[in-house]
Amino acid sequence: MSAMNRKMIQTLAETISKQVEHFNKDEVQCLIRAYNVLLGEQSVSGRAVPGLDRGKFRSILHNIFGMTDDMIMDGVFRTFDKDNDSFVSMKEWIQGLSVFLRGTLDEKIKYCFHVYDLNGDNYVSREEMFHMLKNSLIRQPTEEDPDEGIKDLVEITLKKMDHDHDGRLSFTDFEKSVREENLLLEAFGTCLPDSTSIESFEHQVFKEQVEQ
Amino acid sequence: MGLSLTRAAQWTPASSGTGKLESTPMNESLLKEILSFVEQFGSQHPHEALHVFQEPLQWSTTLVASDFKTDYDISDSDVLSSERDSEGLPLLQLSPPTVKVRSFSQLSKLVHLAEDKKVEEVQACLEENRYPLVKILGSSVASILQREDTDTDVLSLVDKVKDQGKDSEVKVKLFLLLQNLDNKLLSKCLEEIAGKVRLDPTAVKNEVDSLKQSSIEGEKRVLKSIRYTSDYTFSNGCRAPPWRQVDGEMCYLVIEPCDTETLCVTCSTAGVFVNGGVKQEGEESGYVRTSDVFKDLRTLLKSRSPHFAGNINTQDFAVQEPPSAQNVQHVEPVDAEEQGQPQRSYEQQEKNVHEKARLNKAGGEKKYEPCPRWRNLGLASPCGEAGGKKHSKSSGEEKSDEIQKRKLGAGAKGKMKAELSASSLPGRLSSPKIKTPAGSMPLDAFSESSSESEEEEEQPERRQESNTDLPSEYWQIQKLVKYLKGGDQTATVLTLCAMMDFNLMQETCQLAIRDVGGLEVLINLLDTDEVKCKIGSLKILRKISHNVQIRRAIVDMGGLQSIVRILDSPVKDLKALAAETIANVARFRRARRTVRQYGGIKKLVKLLGCVPDLASLSANQAKDVEVARCGALALWSCSKSTKNKEAIRRAGGIPLLGRLLKSPHENMLIPVVGTLQECASEESYRIAIQTEGMIKDLVKNLSSDNDELQMHCASAIFKCAADKPTRDLVREYKGLQPLVSLLSKAGNKQLLAAATGAIWKCSISIENVAKFQEYKALETLVGLLTDQPEEVLVNVVGAVGEFARIPANKAIIRKCGGIKSLVNLLTGTNQALLVNVTNAVGACATDMDNMAIIDQLDGVRLVWSLLKNPSAEVQSSAAWALCPCINNAKDAGEMVRSLVGGLELIVNLLKSTNNEVLASICAAIAKIAKDKENLAVLTDHGVVPLLAKQTNTTDDRLRRHLAEAIGHCCMWGSNRVSFGDAGAVAPLVRYLKSKDKEVHQSTAMALYQLSKDPNNCITMHEKGVVKPLIHIMGSDDEMLQEAAAGCVRNIRLLAMANRKAVLFN
Repeated sequence: MSAMNRKMIQTLAETISKQVEHFNKDEVQCLIRAYNVLLGEQSVSGRAVPGLDRGKFRSILHNIFGMTDDMIMDGVFRTFDKDNDSFVSMKEWIQGLSVFLRGTLDEKIKYCFHVYDLNGDNYVSREEMFHMLKNSLIRQPTEEDPDEGIKDLVEITLKKMDHDHDGRLSFTDFEKSVREENLLLEAFGTCLPDSTSIESFEHQVFKEQVEQ
Repeated sequence: MGLSLTRAAQWTPASSGTGKLESTPMNESLLKEILSFVEQFGSQHPHEALHVFQEPLQWSTTLVASDFKTDYDISDSDVLSSERDSEGLPLLQLSPPTVKVRSFSQLSKLVHLAEDKKVEEVQACLEENRYPLVKILGSSVASILQREDTDTDVLSLVDKVKDQGKDSEVKVKLFLLLQNLDNKLLSKCLEEIAGKVRLDPTAVKNEVDSLKQSSIEGEKRVLKSIRYTSDYTFSNGCRAPPWRQVDGEMCYLVIEPCDTETLCVTCSTAGVFVNGGVKQEGEESGYVRTSDVFKDLRTLLKSRSPHFAGNINTQDFAVQEPPSAQNVQHVEPVDAEEQGQPQRSYEQQEKNVHEKARLNKAGGEKKYEPCPRWRNLGLASPCGEAGGKKHSKSSGEEKSDEIQKRKLGAGAKGKMKAELSASSLPGRLSSPKIKTPAGSMPLDAFSESSSESEEEEEQPERRQESNTDLPSEYWQIQKLVKYLKGGDQTATVLTLCAMMDFNLMQETCQLAIRDVGGLEVLINLLDTDEVKCKIGSLKILRKISHNVQIRRAIVDMGGLQSIVRILDSPVKDLKALAAETIANVARFRRARRTVRQYGGIKKLVKLLGCVPDLASLSANQAKDVEVARCGALALWSCSKSTKNKEAIRRAGGIPLLGRLLKSPHENMLIPVVGTLQECASEESYRIAIQTEGMIKDLVKNLSSDNDELQMHCASAIFKCAADKPTRDLVREYKGLQPLVSLLSKAGNKQLLAAATGAIWKCSISIENVAKFQEYKALETLVGLLTDQPEEVLVNVVGAVGEFARIPANKAIIRKCGGIKSLVNLLTGTNQALLVNVTNAVGACATDMDNMAIIDQLDGVRLVWSLLKNPSAEVQSSAAWALCPCINNAKDAGEMVRSLVGGLELIVNLLKSTNNEVLASICAAIAKIAKDKENLAVLTDHGVVPLLAKQTNTTDDRLRRHLAEAIGHCCMWGSNRVSFGDAGAVAPLVRYLKSKDKEVHQSTAMALYQLSKDPNNCITMHEKGVVKPLIHIMGSDDEMLQEAAAGCVRNIRLLAMANRKAVLFN
């Protein structure tokens, strides 16, 4: 890359690192580079794109962080894509990863809730839960209603988490539940990477910096 | 008669005014007894027999006029006796079918006349005269006499009834005679009851079970419900509280018949009766009997509920079917289920549960484990309970039972808790089965097995019933386990979280998880890679593993290995949870061994590495501390096995524990000190605790405000302070004062035992005793000599014994009244305590004033009688204690003689094989022998050869006292010669080669005494006694010098006499 480009990245990194919580300037630089590489892979045609599109982002989630659930991956994309323009911009990428990789519990609660709030109405409804959990149980063909187990699971979950008893989870409900029992953070599907994939990703991205 | 008739005799339901005596063996024997009493009354008590009853006894007889012979005026069918009362009225009057009798003489004649029908006559008489006493004596007298029935003094009774009529004396005599009969009858009944128990817990249980069976069967059902008031079953099978069990009561039932009001029923060994309403334990008034006693529940219910009486007969038929062979059929699947096959269909499982429950019963071994009860509760006899539950739910009783449960739960501690917690659910209220060994099950009447075979036949129906019967938790947990089995990670985590919401400390839930196969799933989850699932699973396991059976099941399923493996995980939460679970599971030996064998000890020790004493911790460090704390908890549990203690040491655990000991947090310190305290039983740990400077921290924590921590610290010091350097360190670090201040916590017995133990061991150092005195420890200790549990007493007495080595303390003990307390403790049975008590008494007896008190309290006799104790330790410490007693008693010789058989006892103990006993007995004999008369008795009992036999010993302690005893025993008759003949002299000479100064002293004395016999002198001389004696003469001990010189002199005199003899002959 040209020297100018490098200069540009440096200044960019400086501004972004001030806005982002968990990365220092050097790390931001690395992330920018990684972003550019990913972006480059995507823009085969050569024309400029405003950011990572859904497909590319999902393949990143799948390949690097081992996620499989389409719905959850869509949710993660939606959460990264703060301005809702169907692209994850560089800034969104770095801000998202800050929580994704190194977020505090508070940040992660917000993040997860946003992922699970499929329609963005600030509530996780029964239907949304059902939707997210529908593949989580082995269906027993012998049963009359194969979805009965899921429905029951949703009810059990609601009973546990719906503190204000309005039949849906508000952010307050969710936050309270997670604080009571941390295991409920990813209650409706894995939307955060596990420690090994975080390690390998960071290793891969930040190592380059050391080499340079 | 009144008592036995109302209480013991078995009356049929008194529905129509007069009851009938049933023809049971018991009643028959009662009748025979009464009959023979009546028959002989006329001849045995002629005077009383003439007494005219206040009211005639009147009954319908089968006798007719023709049965009567002379002495009777017979007119038509009527008969009048020629015997008349003062007013000329006949004493017997028969107008068929009624007969009226007014005196015992007539009664007695009547039964003679009745001949082979006499039993029937007596029965009829008793049935129609329910209160014979009242009729015989008149109501006023009878009531007075009955009230006074504890007072057996005839005269005072006569006084009491004097104003009731002139013939009161006769009445009293009559009453006493009747009362005698009554007592006789009662004791006969008791014999009968004891011989062939009519009702026992098993019988009651069987009957209740069978009634439960029959109470729900649709239109034919005989009862609405029947349930116990208490779910807790004592080990003897009773449910009544112990203070009621004393009265023979076994359990209380609440029965709702279909047609009448609810009955509260007591089942006692004497029979069943309606009570005042025992709905909750604790209301004394409820226990009062308000009905007749019936032989069983059926009879009671028949009398109370016409509906029951009408329907039970059809039921009886079904119930009495013989046990079928089906019982055996399902044995095979049981084993399969035991191994836990998670995928088994629910139906099959349930069936197996039946079988398992039955097997447990048959095996008898698992008798009182609540687990099969769980099963029984709903599964094994489900059809019996559905009705019961419905009703108990609808009524307010459920609530009261809940309250009762809570009350019990709060009050009961430890072991009982687990059992009681099982009774928490409404469904359990009617839990019917008390486990009994198969052998004790009566085969008659309401055989359990027969009702079970019924179940088998009615399976489809019953299954439906049973669904409604189990506590809702059971089904919810079963559903959750199903999701666990068939769910992905997300569903699993959600389900685990839902499961955590159950009260996992409750046995119902714990066992439900196991019984529906949840335990296998939870353990399987531990072997997955999913951190969250593992965390969730461990969070549940650590709770349910508080249950003994769950612990065993986890180990049986190999779960402990998985948990140990997790200790290596990089995730700290996981490590902490795993360690915490191990802390719970490793409560029994096999589990502890498993932990060790899978390398768990090393891993746990590794967890201890953290920096506990930093002022502020980062989140990460805080987690490390938590991990270390859980590790310490686990090690604490594991450290109860000796091999594990060693393993912890080898894994380098001691220095790590030492570091954690500096932690400021109680929750960390308790497991750490607990582990150290546990391990301090090992020498290596005691040394390490002392050398690694842990005493300082232990002392510091003595002043914590947590009782448990203080207890463990004191206990650690107790165990370590057997070593002198440790005792000194405790003093150095000012640990003595906190120990003394712990004595004020007399309410916490465990703490008190540990503190007094530490004080005892510390007071072995005399410097410590002096220090303790500054804090007035002795005064407090003496106060603790009464009303304490034995484990406290042992230590207190031990400490008092150590304190009493200082003369000033002996007076303090006396002034505080300690002598009396100590002497009182001499009558105990705890051997450790007796050793310490005799020690202390011995120490106190060295003070003359104390001795006077001991003597006055007959303490010497008590100590002496402890020589009979089987424990050698007690024997020797008692003998040691006797020495100062004999020394200091005022008239010791007389006192010793007054103990009958005492001297023989002591001489016989010389046959002991225990050197310490021998030494102590020798010492005592030396003291006793100072009194010539007693020495004579000792000699008669053969003390000389017995002493001589021991002389070959090499034990210096024994040698010293043996020589002393020999020396003193020489002073009587020909004992010197006898010792010589018995070969005691030569070995004694060898004693002079011993390095022990004390041995020399007593030996020199003995030799001096022995040398007064020429033959002994020759022996001594031959054995080369002179040289060492001359050496000993150079000692600075005057006594020793004198004895040695005296001995040499005797030898010399003999030699000179010899020479003279040679020269002059």
